[in-house]
Amino acid sequence: MLYESIFVFPTFEVERDYEKCIVCKTCVQQCTFNATYYLPHRHKVVTRDTECVGCRRCEAMCPTGAIKVRRYQGEFKENAYWSPRDLKDLYKQAEQGGVILTGGGNDREYPIYWDHILLDACQVTNPSIDPLREPMELRTYLGRKPDKLDIGYNEKGEPELRTKIPPNLVADIPVIFAPMSYGALNLNMHRAEAAAAKAMGTYWNTGEGGLHRELYPYGDHTIVQVASGRFGVHAEYLQVSAAMEIKIGQGAKPGIGGHLPGGKVDEEISKTRMIPVGTDALSPAPHHDIYSIEDLRQLIYALKEATNYEKPVSVKIAAVHNVAAIASGIARAGADIIVLDGFRGGTGASPAIVRDYVGIPIELALAAVDQRLRDEGIRNWVSLIAAGGIRNSGDVIKAVALGADAVYIGTAALLAVGCTLCHKCYTGRCAWGITTNDPFIAKRLNPEIAAERLTNLLRAWAQEMKEMLGLMGINAIESLRGNRLRLRAVGLSKEEMDILGILPAGA
Amino acid sequence: MVKQIRRRVYPIEENCMGCRLCEVACAVEHSKTKDPISAFLEEGNPFSLTVVEMAGPVSFSLACRHCDEPYCVEACISGALRVEDDGRVLVYEEVCVACGMCVVSCPWGAIRFREVDGVKKAAKCDLCPGREVPACVAACPNRALIFDTALGPGLELVEEEEIIEG
Repeated sequence: MLYESIFVFPTFEVERDYEKCIVCKTCVQQCTFNATYYLPHRHKVVTRDTECVGCRRCEAMCPTGAIKVRRYQGEFKENAYWSPRDLKDLYKQAEQGGVILTGGGNDREYPIYWDHILLDACQVTNPSIDPLREPMELRTYLGRKPDKLDIGYNEKGEPELRTKIPPNLVADIPVIFAPMSYGALNLNMHRAEAAAAKAMGTYWNTGEGGLHRELYPYGDHTIVQVASGRFGVHAEYLQVSAAMEIKIGQGAKPGIGGHLPGGKVDEEISKTRMIPVGTDALSPAPHHDIYSIEDLRQLIYALKEATNYEKPVSVKIAAVHNVAAIASGIARAGADIIVLDGFRGGTGASPAIVRDYVGIPIELALAAVDQRLRDEGIRNWVSLIAAGGIRNSGDVIKAVALGADAVYIGTAALLAVGCTLCHKCYTGRCAWGITTNDPFIAKRLNPEIAAERLTNLLRAWAQEMKEMLGLMGINAIESLRGNRLRLRAVGLSKEEMDILGILPAGA
Repeated sequence: MVKQIRRRVYPIEENCMGCRLCEVACAVEHSKTKDPISAFLEEGNPFSLTVVEMAGPVSFSLACRHCDEPYCVEACISGALRVEDDGRVLVYEEVCVACGMCVVSCPWGAIRFREVDGVKKAAKCDLCPGREVPACVAACPNRALIFDTALGPGLELVEEEEIIEG
């Protein structure tokens, strides 16, 4: 294209059927990446293919179906080693000399263990349960459980529980909205998550950007995060919450801090994060007051002390090589919940090289941690939340059977409200109005519609999960937890099955 | 106060993203063929009775408010504008002499001229007769337009005293 670098090759092309195009210019108005423009003299809408990110907003909005966004047909010479993505990234770096940024989750080809795991069902000798006729329990308690129950009798001779039960979260469905900060997302998305979590009796997580005051009434359904930048953390923030979460790492970028560009920090975000308008919000890679399990224990107990020991404290780590030993340390440091974030987990912005090649799959990490905690006899000290790449209710059930108490859904929640995985979150120009703070573009996400869609999603998953529990003859999700005998593997190696703790199909 | 059926389209400014699909739908609904492609490419001169106003991050689709006491009806010199029994304010094109009094008297700027068979006529929202919900409301993908059919006074701002009392 004229005036543009000759090293930019398009990834998508927009095919416009001029027989159908009524030149309403909706696509021009909706494209936030300047890929579509209007030629007044020819009364025609045309496209700059090099700018198209493939978000398909124009295609969705076109009133006559005149637009098709397709993968670019032009090809580099066939090469089994150098992919078009490698070439384009390399050209870009040669041009700009910077880190390739991306958003979303890891989209490279790695084994998806969920898809190698199959569920058991009842036949003849053990009855299955029809969830439409019989009660089915999806309620989960998240937090520390006592080692034993001390039961005594009161003066009337009635039995009573003498053990003090530590604070637990009660989730009516073991699916919680993953931490995604205000700043990375806009307030409309936070409003939707909060409303949906309340409607479904589950929780949502603020992420590291604080909680907008408008959402304090949803505090009972809010998990608030305390991350390395400590943005928006103050006494009231902790007090309105249902639980607190110390974020150590993120599956999409383990060991990497966060960076919200100053341009995104508007008045409201500045107030919520407690930083000046227009300044970069930099989250350090480590917590500078946590260099050991003992340091972590100090922060966990500082948070508990600040909230009168009334709320559980969660610690979120990315799934990395030594995750089982780390999780054991976290449990011993006093955490009530451990969140494991697998390498498929999403992000608002990360170096692509980190997102694509750091961390391990959640399935293996979850199984390893659950097994380690059980071997050490401390599994009841903590609840486990699996995060990073939960796509459907089947993944939830498999995660629970592998040992999770609940799961986080981040990408799935964004998909529910319109995300098409174009992975341009880091630009702040999300055409679907999700990961943008531009006041005009953010209006595209109507919190009322988004909340309904999230609620529908959870309701659908709940029904499917009940069906799956029923066919396994189980009437409560808690009876499935860690029940790996109900899982079988297909196409996995012996080592992988050993780590997952499951048998091959047929065994 | 006389109770009457209020039928009115309200724009919700916070939800309007300025896509102008309401304008497309309005033009299609008021075309001969009622097909988007034919209306725009064959019939020519597609005309929307609602207009999306935009300034910076603010946008909303504005059409006739169908006022209780419409200035346009009062101003009309030929009797072409009338309030119907169901509360709608309509233009009777055959009577309109295109004097423009309604256009200048409307505080919302919701009446414009449209050329019908080479003659200028006043044109304004008719709430889509024959449709249960007006076309603009049905076409809005973000619920930025709502159709209010409540009996009695429609959506109004809550008075300060009421908030205190309530």
